[in-house]
Amino acid sequence: MIRNGPVALAFHALFIGFIVAPLLIVCVVSFTPLGYISLPTDGISLRWFAAILDNPRFISAFWISLALGLVSSFISTLLAVPAALAVARFRFRGRDAISALLLSPLMIPHIVLGVSFLRFFSSLGLNGSFAGLVIGHVIVILPFALRLTLAAATGMDPAVERAAVSLGASRLTVFRRVTLPLILPGIVSGWLLAFITSFDELTMSVFIASPSTTTLPVRMFLQIQDTIDPMVAAVSTLLIAGTVVLMLALDRLVGLERLFVGKARR
Amino acid sequence: MKPQRAAPYLLSLPALAVYAVFLAAPIVSIALISFQHFEFYGGIQPGFTLENYAQVVSDSYYWEIFGRTFAIAAVVTVLCAVLGTFEAIVLHRMDSRWKSLFLLIVLGPLLISVVVRTLGWALLFGSTGLVNRALLATGLFAEPIQFMYSNLGVVVALTHVLVPFVVISVWASLQRVDPAVERAAVALGAGPATIVRRIVVPLAMPGILSGSVIVFALAASAFATPAIIGGRRLKVIATAAYDEFLNTLNWPLGASLAVVLLVANVLVLVTSNRLIERRYRAVFAESAA
Repeated sequence: MIRNGPVALAFHALFIGFIVAPLLIVCVVSFTPLGYISLPTDGISLRWFAAILDNPRFISAFWISLALGLVSSFISTLLAVPAALAVARFRFRGRDAISALLLSPLMIPHIVLGVSFLRFFSSLGLNGSFAGLVIGHVIVILPFALRLTLAAATGMDPAVERAAVSLGASRLTVFRRVTLPLILPGIVSGWLLAFITSFDELTMSVFIASPSTTTLPVRMFLQIQDTIDPMVAAVSTLLIAGTVVLMLALDRLVGLERLFVGKARR
Repeated sequence: MKPQRAAPYLLSLPALAVYAVFLAAPIVSIALISFQHFEFYGGIQPGFTLENYAQVVSDSYYWEIFGRTFAIAAVVTVLCAVLGTFEAIVLHRMDSRWKSLFLLIVLGPLLISVVVRTLGWALLFGSTGLVNRALLATGLFAEPIQFMYSNLGVVVALTHVLVPFVVISVWASLQRVDPAVERAAVALGAGPATIVRRIVVPLAMPGILSGSVIVFALAASAFATPAIIGGRRLKVIATAAYDEFLNTLNWPLGASLAVVLLVANVLVLVTSNRLIERRYRAVFAESAA
């Protein structure tokens, strides 16, 4: 094993600084006692966090994003689990094509999805509705739910299922008592990643959200375009804190690097 | 378990049906209106025309947007490839305790909204001016640099947003490298720089390339960062399409921009993945034989 030399460690320190700096400044600025963006040099204050509570537009955007994330990640997981089992456990004609197709939304820029849904939903009279947002989000996050479930199902030893069958278990019992518990960590982490992706999605939602269905990222984006005040920083600080909690959960569950590489290590 | 023939099709059917109705149909509908004529007072007209594409291809205004988008994406890709590769190598050589901590710090931002990360850069560049204060304090710069509303600012912020993709993909390919290779190089008298240049980087090349392809595709279609840091004047394809759809309301023209972006994106991703796979499959097959 080769160790890092001083040059490598100096580079590493600068790189970590580069990664952390913008997140850190958001958190620092949100504690300012002043009425504008400034470093809290004389004392810290929670006034901008309190200001969020008095801002109904941000509060309702939060609830919409939360509901949207929960509903769409639930639906996408329901669709992804059977599809992942099909691709992982069966050899059949068109398998590669189907699995490529299922992951295809990853190749489509969100801006293209946004304008396509805007056009499509307008012609159906669905534009700006919560249902429209759910449909759009399910499409965007399904590949994330699928990839992690797929990794778990591929990594599972099929002999376990055969053993259960030979012991007289029915198909349903095998699925419920053997397969499902074994791939559950994959399903849960896929669902969590899908939820986070939905909760953070901006580029597509900006086209299909109406004033009454504005999601939190869209609300923040519109606010930042208008003016940057310490309250947006306070909202961002809360988001960073929430993400860190979910991230630690995911790290425990699957290991963060596997989450992004999308392959089970065995 | 005895596999039934229809089972895999039935299992994947719900997801595929949802895609057919809610993914294929919207994209076809946007492709269709990109071939229709737009009247400022009459909206979208029926019929078939190539005028939107003709305008996008011939108008120097759009050439500038395409050029800027491509240039920003190219520079961001090179920066991410270089910085991400070195960081992945450094991480790979760390103690497992430090490695998992720093991996969390480097990859974690991928889960934080792009709006939040870009806001951070807007604060560093603009309102607090911390970046310029730091640059002036080093004594290397005589006057402040314009980061907000400049290509440079967009490049820096996008590099921050996208560099984790290179780190993760290089890190994954380093995992498969036999540590004995590096030890052999040391035993044969290679210096640290030589080992990185002649051994580690070539072995990590599949990861460097596939990470770079992802970064290029995402940088070329980025929306939030160019919109916030670049502002209204520095348009890229994504922000130009946004304006056509939500401000000018010329949907056919915006649709043609979206189609161009989609086709370019899919072409880049598919061909480069093919090339990388073909090239490195040959390498692996050779070394196995």
